[in-house]
Amino acid sequence: MANKLNLIGAVTQALENELAEDKTVVVYGEDVGVEGGVFRATAGLQEKFGEKRVFDSPLAESGIVGTAIGMAINGLKPVVELQFMGFSYPAFNQIVTHVARMRNRSRGRYHLPMVIRAPYGGGIRALEHHSESTEAMYAQIPGLKVVIPSTPYDAKGLLIAAIRDPDPVLFLEPKRIYRAFRQDVPEESYELPIGKAKIVKEGEDVTIVAWGAMVRDTQAAIDMVKEKGIDPELIDLRTISPIDRETIVESVKKTGRIIIVHEAPKTLGLGAEIMAIVNEKAFLYLEAPPTRVTGFDTTFPLPKGENHYIPTPERIAQTIEKVVKY
Amino acid sequence: MEFQDYNPLEGKMYEVMNKDGKLTKKEDLPDLKKDELLYLYKTMLYTRVIDEKAISYQRQGRMLTYAPNTGQEATQVGSAYAMEKGDYLVPSFRELGAWLVRGVPLKNIYLYWYGNEWGSHMPEGVNVLPISIPIASQFSHAAGIGMANNIKGENNVAVAYVGDGGTSHGDFHEGLNFAAVFNAPVVFIIQNNQFAISVPRKKQTKSQTLAQKAIAYGMEGIQVDGNDIFAMYNVTKKAIDKARNGGGPTLIEAYTYRLGAHTTSDDPSKYRTDEEVEPWKEKDPLLRFEKYLREENLIDDKWVKETKEELEKDVVATFESIENKSDTEVEDIFKYHFETMPPQLEEQMNDYLEFLEGGK
Repeated sequence: MANKLNLIGAVTQALENELAEDKTVVVYGEDVGVEGGVFRATAGLQEKFGEKRVFDSPLAESGIVGTAIGMAINGLKPVVELQFMGFSYPAFNQIVTHVARMRNRSRGRYHLPMVIRAPYGGGIRALEHHSESTEAMYAQIPGLKVVIPSTPYDAKGLLIAAIRDPDPVLFLEPKRIYRAFRQDVPEESYELPIGKAKIVKEGEDVTIVAWGAMVRDTQAAIDMVKEKGIDPELIDLRTISPIDRETIVESVKKTGRIIIVHEAPKTLGLGAEIMAIVNEKAFLYLEAPPTRVTGFDTTFPLPKGENHYIPTPERIAQTIEKVVKY
Repeated sequence: MEFQDYNPLEGKMYEVMNKDGKLTKKEDLPDLKKDELLYLYKTMLYTRVIDEKAISYQRQGRMLTYAPNTGQEATQVGSAYAMEKGDYLVPSFRELGAWLVRGVPLKNIYLYWYGNEWGSHMPEGVNVLPISIPIASQFSHAAGIGMANNIKGENNVAVAYVGDGGTSHGDFHEGLNFAAVFNAPVVFIIQNNQFAISVPRKKQTKSQTLAQKAIAYGMEGIQVDGNDIFAMYNVTKKAIDKARNGGGPTLIEAYTYRLGAHTTSDDPSKYRTDEEVEPWKEKDPLLRFEKYLREENLIDDKWVKETKEELEKDVVATFESIENKSDTEVEDIFKYHFETMPPQLEEQMNDYLEFLEGGK
């Protein structure tokens, strides 16, 4: 049975499925219980599964992630919510020094089947610190998987896979498209593989890699260049650590060109890593310099300026034309 | 003994045996058999010997940086002895006596300080977390272990340790707060050894005691003479029993003193005088317990001498079993980051192995 869900609804249903199927799954965070989360990702879950398994926590990100570590060691599968990615930094120490390395530092004696969910990205006219895209900071941490869905269908399948994964997963949700569109999503559980990108649209002229909300804007850009006879291939990365190199490299070998689109600052963003992968693995296939369309090396602007910061379909379309004509 | 009789705001400290090994609270002498008392003494002595040998190996260039425990043996051994099977020990990095009591083999301990991750691979059934060097970060792990017990309906207890410096840390606060809010079965122990490397206890906090910090979280806190093995055992046992029976967390401040350096890289003469250390040597927890046991005719010179020799032999043999035999296997550096190695990591490993082979 399929139901029409938006991305946030798909997140809720993934949590609901896993809470029902696995008694060791617990869900908590700030405002997660009674209110159902500030974005309502956990709406109705406490009513259904009780306060023991879905609950509000004190307002303390380090404590939320730190207690999840203890729970995971002691046999539970915690799925915690950090209200915004911009508030993940108090937990950064726990993530870097414990979450990501417990398996390695104990040589497999302990491992942490836990998920940290956090809405990320800009474009919702939010307050300061509510629009960050610092995924690259987390993608560089050995031992941590970082997953970003861009559709309701993917969000559900990837979140279920993340919860069932024996290793810790940072699950970043593009909040700008939480309610942007609905999709047919199976009501039952299903998993999508972590570490596998998806070719959203096949094409011949240029490979474009994007993730999160940028996938939709890139699709809009592709529609804009279509009338000019340009046929790009679009890859939704879906997992940003570990990156699916094979899908990117195979695509570039076909198209000879690559553009990476991300909201995060340009310097040392994931685009740089993807360009490096292409240089290492498909250098001789390149017909144009690998190119990026990104946010700037600036602090994310307050709402009156955010439209300048986030790559728009127009900016992406212009870059596509330049790269294809190079 | 009741926690409320030792209000930390009134500066009261719990003690059963004074520095001369005389019982000051006879009625609180724990009900421990002779072999248990000897086990406690032996484990404290073992801790001391392991320290002495490790420092000497380090000075000889045979051991890496090591964090000694001398002076804190009663705090560590006494508290851990109150734990039961299935309980979790959540250490900082200076809890040698507690690790030994909880079944961590010396080989693991030495391997860790010798620079090999296998040291933190605790044997199955030994519920001891790896050493936690990021200060106080382990407090919320302990809270989480306790919260999980409540959720699962199990009655294990987590016992977590931190130093006096750790009480300044945000994670100290968050761990205590979570444990209290969720009534988690956790016992938090501050080993107040008076120094965070060089910074004295009074520069960490304006609070009169560290134990009184418990009050703000709505939990009981108590200051204990950490050099008194009976006091440490009694207080921890009481806190563990309370936690196990749904009474929630407790904060214990074990008032002790680090007789040695912070680590082998530290020089305490930079920040404290011999005159300051001297009185604490008289309060040495090992000597104090020894005085008691001798007074009770439970041990004599011969027993002490033989026991020490036996322990030294064991320590030397254990160290020699790892010395020059503990180089890291290259694959191990890569293998344990995920259950399944991602292709890029596998590629890096294979490239490096190929390089090593080519170099031969």
